[in-house]
Amino acid sequence: MALAPQRSDAPRAAAVAPLLVVNDVSKKFETPDGVVTAVDHMSFDVAPGEFLAVIGPSGCGKSTLFNIIGGLLDGYDGHVTVAGETVKGPHPSIGMVFQEESAFPWRTVTENVAFPLEIAGQPKAQRIERARHFVDLVGLRGFENRYPAELSGGMRQRVAIARTLASEPKILLMDEPFGALDEQTRLLLGDKVLQIQDQLKQTCLLITHNITEAVQLADRVLVMTYRPGKLKRMVAIELPRPRSSEIVSSDAFGRYVAQIWGDLREEASRGMHDDETLRAAQK
Amino acid sequence: MTARAQNNLVPFALGLGTLICAVLLAEILIRAGLVNRFIVPMPSQIAGAFHRVITEEDIPHRFLVTAREALWATLLLALVGIGIGVLLYRVKLLRDATETWVAAFASAPTVLMYPLFLVIFGRSEKTIIMMGFVAGLPAVILKTIEGLAGTRKVLVNVGRSFKLTEVQLFWKIYFPAAMPTIFVGMRLGMIFALINIVGVEFLINFGGLGQLINDLAERYDLPGTYAAICFVILVSVIFFFLTDRLEKWLRPAA
Repeated sequence: MALAPQRSDAPRAAAVAPLLVVNDVSKKFETPDGVVTAVDHMSFDVAPGEFLAVIGPSGCGKSTLFNIIGGLLDGYDGHVTVAGETVKGPHPSIGMVFQEESAFPWRTVTENVAFPLEIAGQPKAQRIERARHFVDLVGLRGFENRYPAELSGGMRQRVAIARTLASEPKILLMDEPFGALDEQTRLLLGDKVLQIQDQLKQTCLLITHNITEAVQLADRVLVMTYRPGKLKRMVAIELPRPRSSEIVSSDAFGRYVAQIWGDLREEASRGMHDDETLRAAQK
Repeated sequence: MTARAQNNLVPFALGLGTLICAVLLAEILIRAGLVNRFIVPMPSQIAGAFHRVITEEDIPHRFLVTAREALWATLLLALVGIGIGVLLYRVKLLRDATETWVAAFASAPTVLMYPLFLVIFGRSEKTIIMMGFVAGLPAVILKTIEGLAGTRKVLVNVGRSFKLTEVQLFWKIYFPAAMPTIFVGMRLGMIFALINIVGVEFLINFGGLGQLINDLAERYDLPGTYAAICFVILVSVIFFFLTDRLEKWLRPAA
């Protein structure tokens, strides 16, 4: 692989209108120690069918950004729009996959995946059939009637992804969905996500702290600064598609990882230094 | 035999074996004179008294009376106890204002309030049912609050991301998530209710098995008394079995 990493400090020039626009979003929290700015004037957009990864050190406001885009958090400055429509609360065009295990333990795989269809009022036979399609899509055929407790961590996350996909969102918004999984499972699930995205032409926004995952999956990687979370750099990942986890051994992949780590290292060090200072003050 | 059947059989066999060993030990201790047989009858005497109490003391009817009272108390606990638990969970001010009192009430010897209930409801099944219900109420309320409060935030967020209404959030997320803890509360409530039901039947000499235990004790028929107590345990076992079935039906993954 002889592709050289391309660096772009500006969002990619999209030929079509962006599907998701995050415009000058800031969020402050009142804490006992004073006001903390979690997200500071963040602006970016995501084109239809694009895969954008947002990466940053722990505590940089990634999850705050996830909750703002998902409509789970209000009281912020700026605005978020999906296909020109302002996001005020959870939006039907945005499907969320959470970091923590979120498959309902009291429902089987199929019942979990059929959940949004049940809420939408689809007849049982129809929603079960539809759910089976998404169960197949995430590679869980044969496990339709199992409960989450009978599945591995990776399988449970695939249930959560299938459930979100079943609601047919325009944007799949994922917050470190593989964060609790081992590296091998993470790479293989990355393959699965790439296959799904390729099949459905799904627009995806991934929040992650894993550089490998970001480069493996994304068309662009948005690097955030440590607190307050700001856009540090937008890196276009010009690796060929369709991709698979085999790409991680290529030279170009390594260069992208090194480049992003270069951007991230300083921020991560700052975060670590702040943590150590805080712990010392608490002693 | 499949591994699953073996997994089910082993605990059952161990439990039954432990019970048989305890009964045999009691028999040996009493026969050896280490336990006074005028206070504790031998298990073999109790076993011999079963036929007599069933035929002469109208056990089936008394058993049904106590079971009916326990059933009514359980239904009231489910309706009122879970209802109050949900209300206190939803209205934080009410919860903060009353949770300590509810917890304190759980340890109160409510059975001693039976004269008050006799005045209100008369010497009737209503008094017995209400005494059972009141005794079990705090456990159901507290466990309902605990179950709802313990619902993982991410599950609620999943519901919110699918734009569930508050009512849908409750029935589709909170309630099934809290169900195992609510059932623990129901089981605890039933234990307290049954103890009080039999206790009040004993105290006011009215109703089912409690009254029979009182009669037999006053006649100093100790084997008969213990045989009647075994039927109280049977009521408890049946209610536990039924709630277990109900929980598995409502939440098969439990």
